[in-house]
Amino acid sequence: MINYLARRIAISMAILLAVSFAVYLIFAILPFDPAALTCGKNCNNPAIIEANRRRLGYDLPIWQQYFVFLKGLFMGRTFGEGAATIFCPAPSFGYSYQEHACVTNSIIEALPVTLSLAIGALVLWLIIGVGLGILAARFRGRAADTGSTIFVLIGTSLPTFLTGLLLLVFVVVKWRILPYPSGNYTPLFENPLAWLNTMILPWITLAFAYAALYTRFVRNAVIETLSEDFIRTARAKGLSEKVVLRKHTLRAALAPLTTMAGLDFAGLLGGAILTEAVFNLPGLGRLSLGAVIDFDLPIIVATTILAATIVIFMNLLVDILYAFIDPRVRVAA
Amino acid sequence: MSFLEVNDLHVEFPTSDGLVKAVDGVTFAIERGETLAIVGESGSGKTVTNLALMGLLSKRAARISGSAVIKRGDEDVELIDLADEEMRQIRGKNVAMIFQDPMSSLHPYYSIGDQIIEAHQVHNDVDERVSKARAIELLDMVGIPDASERIKAFPHQFSGGMRQRVMIAMALVNSPELLIADEPTTALDVTVQAQILKLLRELQEELKMAIILITHDLGVVAGAADRVNVMYAGKIVESAPVRDLYANPLMPYTHGLLASIPRMDRRAGESGKRLSAIAGQPPSLIALPAGCAFVPRCTFSNRVSGGASRCESSMPALTEHVPGHFARCHLEGASL
Ligand SMILES: Nc1ncnc2c1ncn2[C@@H]1O[C@H](COP(=O)(O)OP(=O)(O)O)[C@@H](O)[C@H]1O
Ligand code: SF4
Ligand SMILES: [Mg+2]
Repeated sequence: MINYLARRIAISMAILLAVSFAVYLIFAILPFDPAALTCGKNCNNPAIIEANRRRLGYDLPIWQQYFVFLKGLFMGRTFGEGAATIFCPAPSFGYSYQEHACVTNSIIEALPVTLSLAIGALVLWLIIGVGLGILAARFRGRAADTGSTIFVLIGTSLPTFLTGLLLLVFVVVKWRILPYPSGNYTPLFENPLAWLNTMILPWITLAFAYAALYTRFVRNAVIETLSEDFIRTARAKGLSEKVVLRKHTLRAALAPLTTMAGLDFAGLLGGAILTEAVFNLPGLGRLSLGAVIDFDLPIIVATTILAATIVIFMNLLVDILYAFIDPRVRVAA
Repeated sequence: MSFLEVNDLHVEFPTSDGLVKAVDGVTFAIERGETLAIVGESGSGKTVTNLALMGLLSKRAARISGSAVIKRGDEDVELIDLADEEMRQIRGKNVAMIFQDPMSSLHPYYSIGDQIIEAHQVHNDVDERVSKARAIELLDMVGIPDASERIKAFPHQFSGGMRQRVMIAMALVNSPELLIADEPTTALDVTVQAQILKLLRELQEELKMAIILITHDLGVVAGAADRVNVMYAGKIVESAPVRDLYANPLMPYTHGLLASIPRMDRRAGESGKRLSAIAGQPPSLIALPAGCAFVPRCTFSNRVSGGASRCESSMPALTEHVPGHFARCHLEGASL
C-alpha cells in the first residue's frame, strides 16, 4: 500500500509537471506579445513595453521562463529591480499588470468563494441525488419513481445559467426573498447569515443539474445491484430487507459514486464560470473569465495550472479512497 | 407426513409477451436426511421451484399458488404466502440455500468471516465472538485450511471450489434441516465438482439434513442422491429412486438425458463425448401445448397406442408404473 501510494504520488507529480509545461508552451505559441498586453489596450509606447518585457522575464527563452516560474512557486519571485521592485512571495504564480497584484493574491481572494460554492453544492446534490435515487429504486414504477424521473428530465435538460436566471428573477426580483447579489463575498466566519444569503441560490443552481444526474445514476446502480447474486444470498441468509438494502446493496451500488463525486467536485473547483457569472460571485471562475477577456496571461496560466492540479490530485484521492472501499482494489495495489 | 411436502405448486410470471408458466403443478415430498435430486435442462423450472419455497421470488414479478408444508419442530408451517417476517426466520435457519456461481454469490466487499458471522448473528442472540468461533468451526469442517487466518480473506482471494466451500459453510452455520443446493458444481471444473459433491455427502451423513440437489447433469446424481425428480417445461415428468431411474427410465426425456451422460467406462475414443444430446429445444413456457410438452422432440411417440396425435392432444398424468416409480408418459411401461 505504501509503495502503491508513493508510486501514485510520483506519477501525479510527473503529470502535473508535463501539464504545466504544456500550458506554458501553448501560451508561448499563441500570436500575442505578452509584454505588449501589460500596458493596456491602446498603448503604443515601445519603451514601456520593452521595460515590462524584461521585468516579467518575457525576454527569456520559453524553457527558461518556465524554469523561473517553477522556481517562483517554491521560493517566491522578484520582478524588476531598484525602486520599482515587486516581490511576490512563494508560492508565486506571477504578477498581473492588469490587476497590479501578485497572481497568488488574486487566487487567494477568489479561492474561498469557489470552495464555498463547490462544497455547498456537492453536499446538496449528494443528499438529493443519493436520497432520491434510492427512493426511486426502492419504489420502482411507483409515484416516487415517476416523480424522480420528472426531476431528472428537468434537471438534465435545463442549462445551468437558465436555472440561475430563473431563480434570480423569481426569488430575488419578484418575491424579494433574498437581496440582489452584490458582487461581494462575505466569508462564513465573518457573517454566517450573509454568507448563506449569498451562497444559497448558487448552490441550488449548481446542485440542481448534478442532483438530477446523480439521481439517475444512483437509481440505476441500486436496481442493478439488487439483482446481483450476492443480494439473493443475503436474503437467503434471512437478513431483513433493511439490512439487505443498507449494508449489502448500498455499499456496492454507491462505491462508484466516490469517483464520480470526486471528479465532478474537482471540475467545479476550477471555477463554475456560468454560475459565478450569473450570481456575480468573485470566485475562480469569474477571475478566469475576466482574465480571458482582458488577455491577462499570468492569471490565465495560473488558473489553468491550478485547475489541472486539482483534477490530478482529486484523481489520486479518489483512487486511494476507492482502495479503502473495495478490497479487490486494495489487494491488487 | 414427510418433512417437506410440496403440493400442486404453480409459479407464473406475467410478462409483456404473455404468461410464463415456469412451474406448473409440481408435487413432491422429501424426508429428513434424504437427498432429492431435481434434474432437467436449463429453463425447466428447477430454480424457480426452490426460490418459491424460500420466499425469494419477487412478489411483484411472480404469481405463486399451491402449497408447501414444512415441519418445524412439532409445527407444520405453510411456506407459500407465509408472512415476510416468519419466512425470514426460516430462511438461513431451517432451510438454507447455495447457488451456482460461488463468485458472484458472495459479497465482494466483505470478508468471508464477516459474511458467515452475519449469517449466524441474524438467527442467534449471541456475542460476536461466539459466532466467529462457529464460523471458524464450519470453515474447518468444509475443508478450508488454516481457517482461523483465512476467515479474514475476501472472496476474490479464493479459487472457485474454495468459494463454494465457503458458501456451504455459510449455509450450514445454523445447522439447517434442509439444504437447497442449486447447481452447486456447475461453475466448477470436473475434479473440483467431485470434491464438492463428496463434501456434501459427508456433511449430510454428519448433520443428518435433507438436501435438494438441483442439476442439469444427470451424471452428477448417481452417487449423490436417493431419489430423482426429472423436470421438463415446469412439470415433473419422472420421479424414482436413483437406481430405478438409471436401470429403467420410463419417460423418453429421461432416457435422452441418460444417453447424453459422458461415460468414463466407454472406450477412449468415445469417452467424454455427449453421444446423443436430445435434439431440439425445450418449448416456450408462454404457449405450452395441450398435450405432452415433449412431443416435438420425442422419438417414441409413434409407439404410443393411439399414436403421436394422442401425445399432442392429451396431457399424460404422472402415474406410478412400478411402486415408487412415477412417469408422465402415454407409453405402456418398460417399452423403452
Ligand atoms: N422473473 C422472471 N420473469 C419471467 N420469467 C422468468 C423469471 N424468472 C424465471 N423465469 C423463467 O422461468 C423459467 C424457469 O427458470 P428456472 O427455474 O431458472 O430454470 P432452471 O433453474 O431449471 O434452469 C425460465 O424459462 C425463465 O426464463
Ligand atoms: S407422452 Fe408421448 S410425446 Fe410425451 S414423452 Fe411420452 S411418448 Fe413422448
Ligand atoms: Mg437454475
